Amino acid sequence: MGLALLLVVWLITFVSTYFFIAHPSWMWLPPVATTYGPQIDSQFTYTYIAMGIVFVAAQVALGLFAWKYRDRGHAAAYYSHGNIRLEAVWTILTAILFVGLNLMGQHIWAQARFQGPSPGSEQVEITGMQFQWYFRYPGSDGKYGRTLAKLEDPSTGNALGIDPDDPAAKDDIVSSTLVLPVNRELDVTLKALDVIHDFFVPEFRFKQDAVPGLLIHMHFTPNRIGDYEIDCAELCGSGHYKMRAGVKVVSEADYQAFLKAPQQWLTEHPWNGPMSRGLMQESEAKPPAPALQLAMRHHQSQAENH
Amino acid sequence: MGNVQNTPHRADVGVVDSSVQHAAHAHAAPTGFIRKYIFSLDHKVIGLQYYFLALASVFTGLILSVLMRIHLVWPEWAIPGIGIIKDEQYLGLLTLHGTFMVFFVLTTAPQSGFGNYFLPIQIGAADMAFPVLNMLSFWTTFAAFIVMLGAFFTVMPIAGWTSYPTLSALPNAGSLPWGQDLWLLSIALFCAASLMGALNFITTTLDLRCKGMSLWRMPLTCWTWFVTAILGLLAFGVLLSGGLLLLLDRNAGTSFFVPGGLVVNGVQQRHEGGSPLLWQHLFWFFGHPEVYIAILPGMGVASQLLSTFSRKPIFGYRAMVFAVMAIGLLGFMVWGHHMFMSGMSPYTAFAFSLMTMAIGVPSAIKTFNWLGTMWRGKIRFYTPMLFAIGFVSLFVSGGLSGPFLAQPTLDIPLHDTFFVVAHFHLIMGVAAIFGIFAATYYWFPKMFGRMMSESLGRLHFWFTFVGTYAIFMPMHYEGMAGRPRRYGSMVVAGGLFNRLAALMPLEKFISIAAFVTAAAQLIFVINLFWSMKKGEKAPVNPWEATTLEWTIPSPPPHDNFAGNTPVVNHGPYEYSVPGVERDYVMQTDPASVHAH
Ligand SMILES: [Cu+2]
Ligand SMILES: [Cu+2]
Repeated sequence: MGLALLLVVWLITFVSTYFFIAHPSWMWLPPVATTYGPQIDSQFTYTYIAMGIVFVAAQVALGLFAWKYRDRGHAAAYYSHGNIRLEAVWTILTAILFVGLNLMGQHIWAQARFQGPSPGSEQVEITGMQFQWYFRYPGSDGKYGRTLAKLEDPSTGNALGIDPDDPAAKDDIVSSTLVLPVNRELDVTLKALDVIHDFFVPEFRFKQDAVPGLLIHMHFTPNRIGDYEIDCAELCGSGHYKMRAGVKVVSEADYQAFLKAPQQWLTEHPWNGPMSRGLMQESEAKPPAPALQLAMRHHQSQAENH
Repeated sequence: MGNVQNTPHRADVGVVDSSVQHAAHAHAAPTGFIRKYIFSLDHKVIGLQYYFLALASVFTGLILSVLMRIHLVWPEWAIPGIGIIKDEQYLGLLTLHGTFMVFFVLTTAPQSGFGNYFLPIQIGAADMAFPVLNMLSFWTTFAAFIVMLGAFFTVMPIAGWTSYPTLSALPNAGSLPWGQDLWLLSIALFCAASLMGALNFITTTLDLRCKGMSLWRMPLTCWTWFVTAILGLLAFGVLLSGGLLLLLDRNAGTSFFVPGGLVVNGVQQRHEGGSPLLWQHLFWFFGHPEVYIAILPGMGVASQLLSTFSRKPIFGYRAMVFAVMAIGLLGFMVWGHHMFMSGMSPYTAFAFSLMTMAIGVPSAIKTFNWLGTMWRGKIRFYTPMLFAIGFVSLFVSGGLSGPFLAQPTLDIPLHDTFFVVAHFHLIMGVAAIFGIFAATYYWFPKMFGRMMSESLGRLHFWFTFVGTYAIFMPMHYEGMAGRPRRYGSMVVAGGLFNRLAALMPLEKFISIAAFVTAAAQLIFVINLFWSMKKGEKAPVNPWEATTLEWTIPSPPPHDNFAGNTPVVNHGPYEYSVPGVERDYVMQTDPASVHAH
């Protein structure tokens, strides 16, 4: 029985460790597409090396002890109540390891969340509602128009409740596909209109809850052109599973073209993810329904109503 | 592997000092069926009632998880009597799976079940301190269970076992009436019952220890039940108040958790001024200690069994006790690690993260000491020992993904993915369940007076141990690849999930492993019920263990020690003492057997 335990525990350990070391790309963090992503990945690597060593050491010892110290009819077990010195050494070592790992990673967090975006960052407002994402750009005035809860109505095309009487709203752009310029820092504002949602793009190494009643400011810089997928990562109701949208990271020229004529540009350049996994050759890979890609200049439709 | 039946019958060594007649708690055995088995005041009957409630719940939870695994990979399957599982029904399944497992299994069996049965016996008491309160706490838990079944059969709640508002607070956001309300009512009842139980455990441990049973001579099981009770006392009150406030938000127009200006499904909400984050703070102030409420008793059982079956004193008894206390204390300072992505102040993440990493230290001490206990031992591989070793292995595997999630930086890609699902299933789910299995195989002879089948037990162990790893190890990789949790079928969901299409074969592998492992649990059920009727008669002390329950008949008489309170002369883990003929010294052996 001791031998069986040794074999099974070691086998489990080595198979798990093998996949951690070999990690084919489909079972690992997807390729990074933001400037701060590589720091997260290297912190991840340090952690998994440290934890991997402890994992293998502990499991190997467990299997080994089970086999080596099995009852072979030998003389009595070793009578000992422990060893304070060993205990202290082990405690100090683990404390250094765990606290050290923690301190190593803190600056990445501080950089991502303590400091605000630098001035001149590109502004985007991300709003979650059941079960759809809306992305708003402030337009050339750099100001978002006022929103009013009583005006929120997706059926009129004004899901965000933008107040047409506010001059700042006139040049706001609302899109259901997120288009971002490459290598520009983004000043992101997260909002939720009904329940908690979560904006998650794995390639960006970015995730943040959008919380009703809170305006959450975040910043990051995408640095790889491509089409990615946004998943809502917070359970938000019966349609949670379909609350996804596309992100396109594009060149500066394309971004300016998008801002000029969002609807037209998106029709010509539909979201076509996920390219980073090379899965597009699969026949069932379809872009989202055209309806999801409708972008419009709100002041136009609203102006017609007046 | 020795033969259990050849074990010497050692009833005579349980020396009882009959001059000390603490019969204050000895009450006459009831004779009627109802007083004896239904509304019983006997802690042993109540312990078994809790145990069988947990057993019913674990099979409910298990069936729900099998349905979930079917939906994830074969969403087109029509299940007899249920039909095709829709993506939104999947949310109902995961909500109730989590709720049954966390509350009615992991909180109920290790603490209320085994704790109730064996805490009084192991400290030499005739019953719990407050037998009526004990009965009341079981029946309140039972009421909570019935109400939860009511939620199951009316409108399944879909907000997850964490039930975050505003989703859970606003019925037209999807938390429909009855389902969500019954869920909250059930949780409130459960909390009230757990508070009663916690008071009872604490008082019993402090006041009813027999002569010679100093705190430092208590078995580690008693220490973990004691600390768990303190955690329960501090944690359940907070969830109880949170649950009541959320019920008021839903039904009385209050706004504790709902801010102003919300529009749900085109309807403007009349709430204003509340905060959804307040619920998360209240919930996780309970929720993190709850993890330890589930796992600490398992740690106690593992310690007890590793020492007994290695025939060695536990390595570092006092370090183990201090580690349990440290885990309990730190456990109340880390709840914010569930909220790194919630929008709470990012500065607090530093403190919560540091505290969480610090909790790894006492956990590492425990692991080190378990290995130290086996080191140079003389290990007997009975089924309970196999599960105790499995517990250590799973505790290590599940524990080591903790330091990833404890770092807010790494929580950014991993939060709310399958990495988290893998982490908590290994450590608080299956490790704790291995603790329950180990305890069942270990104490079954005492509880039912018969032995369980060793061969069925071993079979059950191997299927469950390997199956568990096959199910949960791959989930780490899925989580790293960005597979979010709480998503229904990846195939049908709008065909949009191509990003993760490559994971499908792995998902299928996990589902098949889950079906096999779930089916293997039938071996346990058969063994359990068959052995109750047909198992070999158990001697008083089949495992040659040292603690007080092994000095009294199997099953124990109504008031445990037949009115003769035991006197304790030794610590709980005196195995292989040099110069002593037998390789164990019972706690009640005369002091002259082995001087300290
Ligand atoms: Cu969602
Ligand atoms: Cu926690």
